[in-house]
Amino acid sequence: MSDASGASGEVELVQLLTPEGERLEHPEYSFSGGDDQIKSFYRDMVLTRRVDSEATALQRQGELGLWASCLGQEAAQVGSGHALGKQDFVFPTYREHGVAWCLGVDPLQLLALFRGVDLGGWDSQKYRFHLYTIVIGAQMLHATGYAMGVERDGLVGTGDPDRDMAVVGYFGDGATSQGDVNEAFIFASSYNAPIVFFCQNNQWAISEPIERQSRIPLYRRASGFGFPGVRVDGNDVLAVYAATTAALERARTGSGPSLIEAYTYRMGAHTTSDDPTKYRLADELEHWRLKDPIERVRAYLNRSGSGDEAFFADVEDEASDCAADLRARCLALPDPKLLDFFDYVYAEQTSYLEEQKANYAEYLATFEDMNHEPAEEVRQAEPAYGGGV
Amino acid sequence: MTLLTMAKALNAGLRRALEADPKVVIAGEDVGKLGGVFRVTEGLQKDFGEHRVIDSPLAESGIVGTAVGMALRGYRPVCEIQFDGFVYPAFNQIVSQVSRLHYRSRGLLRMPIVIRIPYGGGIGAVEHHSESPEAYFCHTQGLKVVTCSNPVDAYWMIQQAVASDDPIIFFEPKRRYHERAEVDESVTPAPLHSGRVVRGGTDVTLIAYGPMVKTCLDAADAAAEEGHDLEVIDLRTLSPLDMTVVFESVQKTGRVVTVHEAQLNLGLGAELAARITEQCFYSLEAPVLRVAGFDVPYPPSRVEEDYLPDLDRVLDMVDRSLAY
Repeated sequence: MSDASGASGEVELVQLLTPEGERLEHPEYSFSGGDDQIKSFYRDMVLTRRVDSEATALQRQGELGLWASCLGQEAAQVGSGHALGKQDFVFPTYREHGVAWCLGVDPLQLLALFRGVDLGGWDSQKYRFHLYTIVIGAQMLHATGYAMGVERDGLVGTGDPDRDMAVVGYFGDGATSQGDVNEAFIFASSYNAPIVFFCQNNQWAISEPIERQSRIPLYRRASGFGFPGVRVDGNDVLAVYAATTAALERARTGSGPSLIEAYTYRMGAHTTSDDPTKYRLADELEHWRLKDPIERVRAYLNRSGSGDEAFFADVEDEASDCAADLRARCLALPDPKLLDFFDYVYAEQTSYLEEQKANYAEYLATFEDMNHEPAEEVRQAEPAYGGGV
Repeated sequence: MTLLTMAKALNAGLRRALEADPKVVIAGEDVGKLGGVFRVTEGLQKDFGEHRVIDSPLAESGIVGTAVGMALRGYRPVCEIQFDGFVYPAFNQIVSQVSRLHYRSRGLLRMPIVIRIPYGGGIGAVEHHSESPEAYFCHTQGLKVVTCSNPVDAYWMIQQAVASDDPIIFFEPKRRYHERAEVDESVTPAPLHSGRVVRGGTDVTLIAYGPMVKTCLDAADAAAEEGHDLEVIDLRTLSPLDMTVVFESVQKTGRVVTVHEAQLNLGLGAELAARITEQCFYSLEAPVLRVAGFDVPYPPSRVEEDYLPDLDRVLDMVDRSLAY
């Protein structure tokens, strides 16, 4: 790819673990955790990848309408997900399956959205993980507003680790062109909101390369808005964890927003409807395959001796079990009933919608009588089908 | 009883809302020290602080989008869009986010957001300052849309809107901001989503809202001199519509003229005509007729009086209705 803009080129990035699995020192960022923590990163990355590949398979078999794969972005998502404190709140795009995993969201709930049985309405307060946002960049303003609320709640800079909290807004390289993302930067900066802007620069916005979005490295945009930005190796889970930990701490203590550009690569298609062979070359994929986020951790754990064959085999087994279980539960998801959706539109239902719902129920009931020709006693037993009318 | 302009009545209502619930916040361009370009929020930042009356950066999508986030955090934001024609940068946030989060989450999430929009023409303004975009929002499921026509309703309706757990687009007829009325704070107001007969009559029903209510009352006065007894309905709530008050009136008069500033094509009048025809077909003596802005973009202000429905155009349509 062209390096004229510097948007995609080899500018300085924070790296603590090389693609070969060697630990590096960095003057500003360090990973002080032990190998047990690195093993937990490894486990979550492998499980995320397995969930992701199972979902892709389910789509290919016609069981999901669509899937947006996070293949290749596991370190960016698991590294940042592990850095979250127990009060912190996340606003995702539609591809943060690894972050969802770290926060305990059942992957079935992600699949339900893509299977078309619901609209992705999980309990966001419980998981501290807002609903997936599909309109690009819109969630960044929600994240900023939420952070403004946190600041008004007095939960910033108290020094009490059980109180102070921050917000993370996830977005991609394409989203940096959106007005909402730029407005979010401005509002957050103006109000000094406790937020981390976490950009996964995966190089491609469907078919458009990063050069179409930016003439400078994305992390440098932060300085124009008045807060710090840093580029980290997004395939290095240790660097992502270290940078996110620091940015969250900065936000929680009241020092305001910051931008992390996790420099990574979308190894798969944009979604299962996309065909990347039309716009990018196979050797680019090969180049990034050598930087795989999971392989380098495995190499490190092998080298350090912390991960033996039994450990790796256990993780593989767990991933297989998880995928099989997920598949079975996905296939068992019941279809929703359109009638129920009339009740979700408003907090305070309108008589107009009640009436429309009742009319529809009555209409449905006419088909029920014709198609099933139920025995007399069944008709007696369920006289009010479509009832509630 | 206090004699208030509509702007002052809205100000008093917002003050009550801020007092009633510490989670209520106001956000918008120039709403702080200046008190808004129409002075509706005058003095509120001084009394409630910068954390509750927030001067926003000049970005409408940002105002509404951050309000979504604050609502998710438990706040009840009241956003001010400075003029009708400036709401479109926020349209995506309103239509795709504000209106849908309750639905997507099957009621787990609520969006108690009020978006105040001064609307309509008649003040000699420059382009993009005189529009009536209410139909866009009425067409968006998940939003509720209301508009006040007088200071008394303004005072109560803004408080009711802030107390609602659903997102409300609150249209304020800017040409009526300075009209006065006695506001009695001791009465019990009508429910927010109810229409009202503001003048009883037997011959023809005029259905109006916001700035056109006064126009219709004036028309009814003029018609009375010619021996025609017109009933005037102030809809107050545009989504959901309160059809009960409309159907009762139509069954009495058998003749209806709808009146709004917004353009004719697919305006509120069209929906009213359809529902009246469906429900009151055998009561009708004439087709439902519509007076509205012409189907041209809002014209330069020198000819806006020709564009806006006025007393003569309303009476002309009343005559046509009576001629059936």
